Amino acid sequence: MMNKVLLGVILGAILGIFDGLTAWFTPEVRTQLMGIVIGSTFKGIIAGILIGVFARKVRSLPLGILFGLSVGLLLAFAIAQMQHGHYFAIMLPGGMVGLIVGYATQKYGAPMRDATQLS
Amino acid sequence: MRWLSDQVVSQLQAGVQLPDLVGTRYRIIRFLARGGMGAVWLAEDITLGRKVALKVLEFDMSSGELAARLEREAMVLAHLEHPGIVPVHDAGTLSDGKAFYCMKYVEGQTLDQHLPATLPERLRLLQRIAEPLAFAHSRGIVHRDLKPGNIMVGEFGEVLIMDWGLARVTNGSFPTTSTTVSSIAQNRIAPAEFPHAGKLPRTSHGRVLGTPGYMSPEQARGDADLIDERADVFALGAILRFMLAGSPPQEAAGQSVNPRPLHAICEKAMAASPSDRYLSVQELSADIGRYLQGGPVNAYREGIVERTSRLYARHRTAVVLVMAYLVMRVLFILFSRR
Repeated sequence: MMNKVLLGVILGAILGIFDGLTAWFTPEVRTQLMGIVIGSTFKGIIAGILIGVFARKVRSLPLGILFGLSVGLLLAFAIAQMQHGHYFAIMLPGGMVGLIVGYATQKYGAPMRDATQLS
Repeated sequence: MRWLSDQVVSQLQAGVQLPDLVGTRYRIIRFLARGGMGAVWLAEDITLGRKVALKVLEFDMSSGELAARLEREAMVLAHLEHPGIVPVHDAGTLSDGKAFYCMKYVEGQTLDQHLPATLPERLRLLQRIAEPLAFAHSRGIVHRDLKPGNIMVGEFGEVLIMDWGLARVTNGSFPTTSTTVSSIAQNRIAPAEFPHAGKLPRTSHGRVLGTPGYMSPEQARGDADLIDERADVFALGAILRFMLAGSPPQEAAGQSVNPRPLHAICEKAMAASPSDRYLSVQELSADIGRYLQGGPVNAYREGIVERTSRLYARHRTAVVLVMAYLVMRVLFILFSRR
């Protein structure tokens, strides 16, 4: 079974790519699509790592979801700050990505092996 | 003329058959149950001050094959040290000549008296029944009389398999009847304690021992040579059917039990030919485990619709979250175009 950090990274990257690609439907930013996809993927990966590490340390579905949501919102807020606006359009999907990754890393993925399993 | 009540008659009958415990460390407390071979009494171990159960042969059965069978049952139990198998403390012959053995007194109810309320609880209980059974099979012993009445569920949910009187040894690692006396000596039990042990023949071809409904077809035919651990797989399948239908297999025969994967597990476990059954109780238990975890079971080939609905049921929250995300994305696209 895939470990939680790797699961978080893969899920964050996939959702990040998807998130970035939806910019294609906004004609005014279509020319910057590549940069948006790369940035969005990077954001997803960072969120995935943080949420995956949290899931390895803390085994709690509510806390995992809350942490994922917070990380997603925080990273999206930073992006929105750089964009000087579009807070709702950036932070809502970002928060949802964090929430999904938070849920998935708590529910799925192999937990950290303990000492008895290693011996 | 006044008739005696059933209870009084039962007490009088028990009084007449009371085993003679003179010279032993036990004191009878009360009668517990009567089985095919003898009676089980609740007794007190005076030396250790604890309650024990004494299985004692009836007064007119204390010689020959039945005595040998009781003694062998004690030996089988003594060789099966597992939390799910009732431990034997002592065995021998009473001063009145009755063979007996002393075992742990288990407080609880048999499976036919108390079925867990929910399906997952029943299935997990079945898995717990499979554990001691798998252990016995690994020691080359087949129970051959597995049924709800022989499964004790303790007040804390512990499961104990009782009544190993019909157990069959399927490999040479366990003392068989021909070597019983020498094996007893090796195990430092005085052979004199088991005067009948040498009289027990292997279950002969053509003899039928077991309980209808839970007995495998090869056992019902008396094909002793064909009986192996798959006979217990059959019985475990019948117990699963009993748990699902809530009625004995004779009454539930032909009925389709739901859900379908569990019905398929029953069918596979209770296949007429041993080669069509699960190879072991662990395999059966693993299939039950897969069902409990929302996975596909080996015994059932599901269609695409069933597979989809099972996967949805298993990952409902994740699916809902992803769908919510996609809906949100679509809404964003639609609004951004206005």
